[in-house]
Amino acid sequence: MADKRETDAISGVSTTGHEWDGIKELDNPMPSWWLYTFYACIAFAALWVVLYPSLPFVRGVLGYTTRNDFTGVMREQQARAEPMLARLRAATPAEIAADPELRGYALAGGRIAFATNCAGCHGSGGQGATGGFPSLADDDWLYGGTFDAIHTTISVGARNGENPEARGVQMPAFAAAGLSMAQVDDVAEYVLSLSGTGGDATAAARGAPLYVENCVACHGETGEGNRDLGAPRLNDRIWLYGGDKASVVRTIAYARAGVMPSWSSRLDAATINMLTVYVHALGGGER
Amino acid sequence: MAAAAALNAPSRILDEPDVEAPIRAFAIATMFWGIVGFLMGVLIASELAFPLLNLDLEWTTFGRLRPVHTSAVIFAFGGNALIGTSLYVVQRTCRARLFGGEEMGWFLFWGYQFFIVTAALGYVLGVTQGKEYAEPEWYSDLWLTVVWVTYLIGYGGTILKRREPHIYVANWFYLAFIITIAMLHIVNNLALPVGDGIGKSYGVASGVQDAMIQWWYGHNAVGFFLTAGFLGMMYYFIPKQADRPVYSYRLSIVHFWSLIFLYIWAGPHHLHYTALPDWAQTLGMVFSIMLWMPSWGGMINGLMTLSGAWDKLRTDPGLRFSVTAVGFYGMSTFEGPVMSIRAVNSLSHYTDWTIGHVHSGAMGWVGFITFGALYYLFPVLWKKQRLYSDRLASWHFWVATLGIVLYITAMWVSGIMQGLMWRAYDELGFLQYAFVETVAAMHPYYVIRMLGGMLYLSGALMMAYNLYMTVTAVEDLPTAQPVPAGALPVPAE
Repeated sequence: MADKRETDAISGVSTTGHEWDGIKELDNPMPSWWLYTFYACIAFAALWVVLYPSLPFVRGVLGYTTRNDFTGVMREQQARAEPMLARLRAATPAEIAADPELRGYALAGGRIAFATNCAGCHGSGGQGATGGFPSLADDDWLYGGTFDAIHTTISVGARNGENPEARGVQMPAFAAAGLSMAQVDDVAEYVLSLSGTGGDATAAARGAPLYVENCVACHGETGEGNRDLGAPRLNDRIWLYGGDKASVVRTIAYARAGVMPSWSSRLDAATINMLTVYVHALGGGER
Repeated sequence: MAAAAALNAPSRILDEPDVEAPIRAFAIATMFWGIVGFLMGVLIASELAFPLLNLDLEWTTFGRLRPVHTSAVIFAFGGNALIGTSLYVVQRTCRARLFGGEEMGWFLFWGYQFFIVTAALGYVLGVTQGKEYAEPEWYSDLWLTVVWVTYLIGYGGTILKRREPHIYVANWFYLAFIITIAMLHIVNNLALPVGDGIGKSYGVASGVQDAMIQWWYGHNAVGFFLTAGFLGMMYYFIPKQADRPVYSYRLSIVHFWSLIFLYIWAGPHHLHYTALPDWAQTLGMVFSIMLWMPSWGGMINGLMTLSGAWDKLRTDPGLRFSVTAVGFYGMSTFEGPVMSIRAVNSLSHYTDWTIGHVHSGAMGWVGFITFGALYYLFPVLWKKQRLYSDRLASWHFWVATLGIVLYITAMWVSGIMQGLMWRAYDELGFLQYAFVETVAAMHPYYVIRMLGGMLYLSGALMMAYNLYMTVTAVEDLPTAQPVPAGALPVPAE
């Protein structure tokens, strides 16, 4: 093939003589900055291969491993925290709360432990949520709001099937346990009347004996609840699953049961103590 | 037909016109899937900012629509653009009709669309392999293998019967893309179907080997689909639009071979600080760093080809897209090696920084180089005198550029903030932020990202209108009498 090299009029550089669909190529050299930067990157790579583990079965000169990197940081962190953690493990939550230094530390640690582990259900401020997530910021407790009660609830959880000591009794579904839907409706009216939110006094009157027969054992004569069983108080206006008529009917007919994990198998003793102090301080702690 | 083809390509052999009808279909499909993909992107970006928008339906949750978005933009928009332009370029630069003719073109077109639709239907219905960018289940994978091998035969066959002594650089890149994607696709999708239905399989590799194969695939999907393939596109359309010779033949040789040799090793940088052995992680990192200059070789050749023709940027919006694309390409191929450094990665990994990085490449490089090619191709393929509106194309350019800038800056801020919040400790040694607090902090940036995506989508809609009007409302090129090859001047395009 004849040599078709020509000089480009604009750049003054020769072409390579190739042409495809009207496209030609200039015979420019590679830019030297490009070439030397490329060499520098290769040199950097070669250096790194010597310094760091980069080949099978070969350790780098520096002896670096990501595992050592990680465990080093963790060990340093643990060593720094250990004296305080040892005191937090040894003390009871009540003792921690009484000691200003320990209390400050526990509230700081409890805050982040709560935000990481608990806030998903109980809300970032412990305010709870409708649907069975109790508020931890008020004095309406299912299982009690003393340091000991909170500590136990966090440790064992509720109805989780993993800890035999877990909190919680299963409420029966009364639609399947003998009540007709009309009766469920009457009981709901009565339950609502306990907190003064009922609308139909006649239905509530019909529901009263049914309440005595079916509900009193757990929820109490005046609907005051029972903390040993975790039966919620019914004579206030705080509702786990909603206080409108339809929600209450649904609760009675089909039952409700919240589940909480057992944290003793997930968190260490110091963290559970810190969480206890933190939750106690959210607003509803009892002595 | 033959005469019009001659007008567009003075050196064509007139007895054998190019296969063009399937390429027109690929061009339309590129536009169509682009809009689908961008729309899906805007939708899932909105879901991240306002989760209620997932409508509480399983089919419209983020988890199912995210692969619809990624596959629509990468494989449907990008894939149609690559196959369509490669078939166009290979015929022109080889002076040879597509091997297999019209039938080959139509089989590739419909075969590829069928793959896209079966894959997307699977995602929405919850059928997935759970491998990023390789979500389609085995039945879609097998079909794609058939289509892809046929593509290789059609493309390679055309090169083999070329009437040019040399193979043009664009074809090196396209061919590297086709061959490597075939290899990656087959190896990463080796799986055994299980169960009664067709919707489940298990990969033959497991554990860290599976992870390594997945990211060898994933990284080289970026390297060979989104980089090499689109470099092929660049090497044809920028010299054409600028009407200038390619800057340096030698640079194109060295950067081509170094790029494809180095890219294939870089995948492990996706697995820093995982169960992958340290040596493999470091190896992935150093290959990524060596990859910086080979990537930039393409940028230099693209930009320097404009020397002597920079004034065309004022008058040709298509060229403006192509050149800006090369700029974004340079930026993201610098950012990539930086992020592959282990210490940088410990901050950037799993954050939105990665998402921003991917999108500066996808929206800036892949999107813009494709828009540039489409603005060039539509008038040529439909034998029109010009584009319907240069002004509207200019609007598209600025609206889309603003969209990209909003998107990537929001993700930089959000990603770096996220990384810093995750690792922040207070003076007592406790984590300073819970995960949910980092999510709340990202909200404003998610809204900005959503707005950026909306701008980008609006630009694409302007383009679709512009191209539609080009086909329907612009006067045809005058039909000339058949003339001997080389007798006509090159028309200004």
